[in-house]
Amino acid sequence: MSKKVRIPTPLRKLTNNEELVEVNSATIGAAIDELQARFPGIAERLVDEKGEVRRFVNVYVNEEDIRFLQNRETVLKDGDEISIIPAIAGG
Amino acid sequence: MSEKNGFMKALKCRECGREYPLEATHVCEFDFGPLEVAYDYDRIKKTLTHEVIASRPKSMWRYRELLPIAGEPTIGKQVGFTPLVKADRLAKKLGIRELWIKNDAVNYPTLSFKDRVVSVALSRAKELGFTTVACASTGNLANSVAANAASAGLKAYVFIPSDLEQGKILNSLIYGANVIGIKGHYDEVNRLCAEIAGKFGWAFVNVNMRPYYAEGSKSMAYEIAEQLGWKLPDHTVVPMASGSLLTKIHKGYQELTKLGLVAQHDTHIHGAQATGCSPISVAQKAGLDFFKPVKPDTIAKSLAIGTPADGFYALKVMRETNAAADDVSDDEIRDAIKLLAETEGIFAETAGGVTVGVAKKLIASGKIPKDSSAVICVTGNGLKTLDAVNGYCGKPREIKPSLREFEALLAHEEKVNA
Repeated sequence: MSKKVRIPTPLRKLTNNEELVEVNSATIGAAIDELQARFPGIAERLVDEKGEVRRFVNVYVNEEDIRFLQNRETVLKDGDEISIIPAIAGG
Repeated sequence: MSEKNGFMKALKCRECGREYPLEATHVCEFDFGPLEVAYDYDRIKKTLTHEVIASRPKSMWRYRELLPIAGEPTIGKQVGFTPLVKADRLAKKLGIRELWIKNDAVNYPTLSFKDRVVSVALSRAKELGFTTVACASTGNLANSVAANAASAGLKAYVFIPSDLEQGKILNSLIYGANVIGIKGHYDEVNRLCAEIAGKFGWAFVNVNMRPYYAEGSKSMAYEIAEQLGWKLPDHTVVPMASGSLLTKIHKGYQELTKLGLVAQHDTHIHGAQATGCSPISVAQKAGLDFFKPVKPDTIAKSLAIGTPADGFYALKVMRETNAAADDVSDDEIRDAIKLLAETEGIFAETAGGVTVGVAKKLIASGKIPKDSSAVICVTGNGLKTLDAVNGYCGKPREIKPSLREFEALLAHEEKVNA
């Protein structure tokens, strides 16, 4: 089994409107590279020049923010679900 | 309005400046930066004068050129223009020369500053043709969306953490809104709503309508300035959840200055958080320009956002206005709620306790100098968070309907207090 990535609306133009994409990488960082190989241009939307996840991008593994895990080094297991979500305002 | 988009020009990314059409969209496709409304200030300057404003009804819409709708407001026309209370008794307690309370605890119709943002978001949603509105909320926003949607005949879905105060839950249900309690904290509600918003064609006030919604907060700044006689205070203390209100009060002051409606003034905008959820104040005190997300644990549930979307910009505003941030514990929050109630007769919700408590700290430490003027923003009503103070403000003393018993009670108290 592989891992699933939920693609947010603003990025679906790059994934041919695919909402759910499967990846096989072992970490978040590798998964971003894998997405980039398949959908050129997607990595620069997610990470800055230094390779850090952009300020307004939140990445979750099974509903946990990767900043509470190991950021880019967060390890992925088969069946994990990854969500990429823009930061949103208060309430 | 002569032009199709009123005084708005475009949506613009705050990070890279790319422009987008004035639709229901909130994120730059390129870098995920938040989109913000850009205005035609040259045209606004020709229209909006002190006299024009003074001639209009006393609501937030007297500054409508600076609010992001194309035509006239259709929802929440009576919102805003809440009292700015000269708080002399509290000033004396805190040891400051001039103190004001901007009292949005009595905002119309749902007793919090959220009526401002919702009035804008729903008026704009109607312009864009939506019939269902929604929000992710810590309570006050849900109340306001539910009430204002009901008044306009719009269908409403409000998403809240399921452990909210009873008062805040009932205050959404009563209007017939669809209230969905999520088993998780606000940041989880937020994440789910971002996913729902991408799937359903609804106007999510703080997701796809966010650029319009957030601008409503500026009206608090305009009112403060007008009510002070068209001048800016030396200091403003603002509660921070996502950090949006603080950045919009700053923007409001800047716009008034740019339009020549107030004189240029060195004004400082301070941020207040609860210690149990203080990612922004912790970063500010450490001199950082970024924050670390936290898992909230505080009685100030309306401020319990561990991943504040505007935290980065709030830190920037505090740096640029040479201001401070601080945070207060649950006990300090309750004490501050009582202090405000006992000195000024204003019953604020927990967020108001946070703001008053932090103002007290900033004055005591000299970060707000004693010989200056300050405004404290109270954003919600204590009647909605009764759970937080229940058991902390004593109990009524019960007696029989007998004059003798009452006299005995008074005599006893005089002895105790002597």
